[in-house]
Amino acid sequence: MINTEPSRTRLPAVLATAKNSDGARDEPGEEIPQTISPIRTFLMGRSSGAGVDLLFYGVMVLCAVSIFVIVLAIIFVLFQNSALSRHQFGFTFFKGQDWDPVSGLFGAWPFIVGTLLSSLIALVIAVPLALGVAIFVTELCPKFLQGPISFLTELLAAIPSVVYGLWGIFVLVPLVRDHVGPFLLKYLGWTGLFGGLNIGVGLLTAGIILAIMILPVISSLTRDVMRAVPTSQREAVLALGATRWEMIRTGVLRNARIGIVGSIILGLGRALGETMAVTMLIGNRAEVPHSLFSPAHTLASVIANEFSEATGDLYLSSLIEIGLALFAVTIVVNAIARLLIWAVTRGAPARVA
Amino acid sequence: MAIEPAGVSLPDNTPGPVPASEPKSTGPGRNRNVLRSVIDHSVTGLSILATVVVLAPLVAILGYLLFKGFSSLNFAFFTQAPRPVGEAGGGMANAIVGSGIVLAIASAIGIPVGIGAGVYLAEYGRNGVFANFVRFTADVLNGVPSIVMGIAAYSLIVVRQHHFSAMAGGIALAIMMVPTITRTTEEMLATVPGAVREAALGLGIPKWRTTISVALRTASPGIITGCMLAFSRVAGETAPLLFTAFGNQFWSVKLGQPIAALPLQIYIYAVSPYDEWHRLAWAGALVLIVLIMASVTLVRIFAGRGVLKGNS
Repeated sequence: MINTEPSRTRLPAVLATAKNSDGARDEPGEEIPQTISPIRTFLMGRSSGAGVDLLFYGVMVLCAVSIFVIVLAIIFVLFQNSALSRHQFGFTFFKGQDWDPVSGLFGAWPFIVGTLLSSLIALVIAVPLALGVAIFVTELCPKFLQGPISFLTELLAAIPSVVYGLWGIFVLVPLVRDHVGPFLLKYLGWTGLFGGLNIGVGLLTAGIILAIMILPVISSLTRDVMRAVPTSQREAVLALGATRWEMIRTGVLRNARIGIVGSIILGLGRALGETMAVTMLIGNRAEVPHSLFSPAHTLASVIANEFSEATGDLYLSSLIEIGLALFAVTIVVNAIARLLIWAVTRGAPARVA
Repeated sequence: MAIEPAGVSLPDNTPGPVPASEPKSTGPGRNRNVLRSVIDHSVTGLSILATVVVLAPLVAILGYLLFKGFSSLNFAFFTQAPRPVGEAGGGMANAIVGSGIVLAIASAIGIPVGIGAGVYLAEYGRNGVFANFVRFTADVLNGVPSIVMGIAAYSLIVVRQHHFSAMAGGIALAIMMVPTITRTTEEMLATVPGAVREAALGLGIPKWRTTISVALRTASPGIITGCMLAFSRVAGETAPLLFTAFGNQFWSVKLGQPIAALPLQIYIYAVSPYDEWHRLAWAGALVLIVLIMASVTLVRIFAGRGVLKGNS
C-alpha cells in the first residue's frame, strides 16, 4: 500500500501534463514525469534538419553577398560607362571650365564649384542652428519639451526632397528675390559675394534649402554625441563654479567635439549628394558662378537635369563620369564622418553607466 | 537613461555666477562674473532662438502644404489620369497607383534581402572578416547619392532591357532600402538575449527554425519599424526614378512599361509653367506627405503592439 500510494497520486499529474501540452501545470514542484511527452515525441519524430539548416544558411549568406555584389556592380557599371569620357578628357575633365554639349566639350569644374559653394552655404547656415538646437535639447530645455522638439526636427527629415523643392519654388524663391537678396546686397554687398542679377533661383536659394534639409541630420547626431558625454564631466565642471554655458563649452562641447565634427561632415555628405530640391532651385546653368545669386549647377543637379536628354555617347559618358566622381566623394566623406562619430560614441553606454 | 534626470536637473540648481567665489569684490572680478552671467543667459537665449528658427521652416512647409494642398484636392484627383495641358481638371490617379506598384516591387525585393543579410550578420557572421566587410559595403551603399543610384540602375537594367520600366524603378528603390533594413535587423537581433536562442536550441529545434520563430519573432517590432523607415525613405525618392520608371502621363500598370510615380509627377508639374499643374503638384505633395506620415504612424502603433506580444 505504501509503495503504490505515491504512484497513484502521480498518475493524474502525468496525465495532466500530457494533456495540457501547452505547458499548464497543476502541481508545481512535482518531479518530471517518466512518460514521453507529446512535445518530445513530436520533436523526436522530426528529421535532424541539417539539410534545411544548410539551405537557410546559404540563403542568408546569399543575401549578405548580394549587398556586396550590388556595390561592386554599381562601381563597375559607372566605371565602364564613363570609359569614353575618361579616355577622351583624362583628368582635365575635372578642371575643364566648358560644358558645351553642342561642340562636344565637357568639363566638370563649374559643377564642382557649384556643389562646393551650395554645400558650404548650407553648412554655414545649418551648423550654428543645429548646434543651438542640440545644446538646447540636451542641456537646457525642460524635460517635457525634449521629446516633442526631437520629434519635430526629425519630422523635417521625413519630408521628401521633391516637396522641399516644390515649397522652395513657390515660397523661398520669391522670398529670396524680394526680401533676403536685397537685404544681403544692402548690408553685405561690400563683401563682393552678392551681386549680379538676383532672380530668386541660384546658389543662395539652393544653399538655404540644403541647410533646412541637413539640419535634422546634424542636430540629431550632435545630440547623440553630446548625450554620450558622461554626466560626471558636467558635474565636475559645475562643481568648480562654472556657469551653465561654461559647463557646456568646457565639459560637453570639448569632449564631444570630434563627434560633432563627424556629424557636420555627415551633413556635408548629405548636402553634396542631394538632388531634387537643388535641381529645382539652383537655376541650372553650366557656368562657374560669379556671385551667390548666380544660377549654377551641382554635380547631382546636372545629372538629374540633362541625363534623360543627353544625346551622343560622349555626353552620356561624361554625365556618368560626374556620377562616378560624386559617388567617390560621398563615400570618402561618409567614411570620415562615420569614423569620427564612432570614435566618440563607441564606448558611450559603458562610460555613462 | 536613469542618469538623465540628474544630468538635466543639475544645471538648474546651480546659480549662474557662483556667489561664494568673490562675495564682496567690486573690482574687475565682479565685472567678470557679471559678464559670465550675461554670456550664460545670452547663450541660453541664442539656443532657444536657434530652436525656434529651425522649427519655423517646418511649420511654414507643413502649413503651406496643408493650405495649398487641401484647396487643390478634389475627388477627381484620386480617380482621373492627367488631362492635357490647357484643360482644367484631371488628377494623379495613375501616379498614385504607379507609386504603389513601384513601392510594392521595391518592398518585395528589398525587405527579404535586407532582413536576410541582417540575419546573416547577427546570427552567423558576427565579427568575422566577411561580416565586417558586408557591414562596410552596406554603409557605402547607404551613402550612395540617390541620383547615382538612378544612373546605376539605368545602366544596369534599362540599357539592357532597352526601355524604361516600372520594374527598373522598383529595383532601384529596393537597393536603396536594403542597407537600412540590414542594419536595423542586425541591431534588433543583437538585443535578443542569447538565452532565448539557447532555450530553443536546447529543445532540439533546428537553428533555422530558432532564428525564424524565436530570434526574428522576438525582434520583429524593431525590424518592422526599420522596414517602414526604409519604406518611408524611398517613398518620396524622385531621383532614382527619373531614368528608370521615367513617368507616364497615361494609365499603365504594366511592369515592363514606363510608369508614373507620385514624386516624379510632382517634380514634373512643379517645374512646369502651368498654374493648373502647380495646383496638382501641391495636391500630390500633400497626398505623398500624408502617405509617408501615415505609414510611419501605423507602424508605430503596430510595433507598439508587437512589443507587448514579444514580452508575454
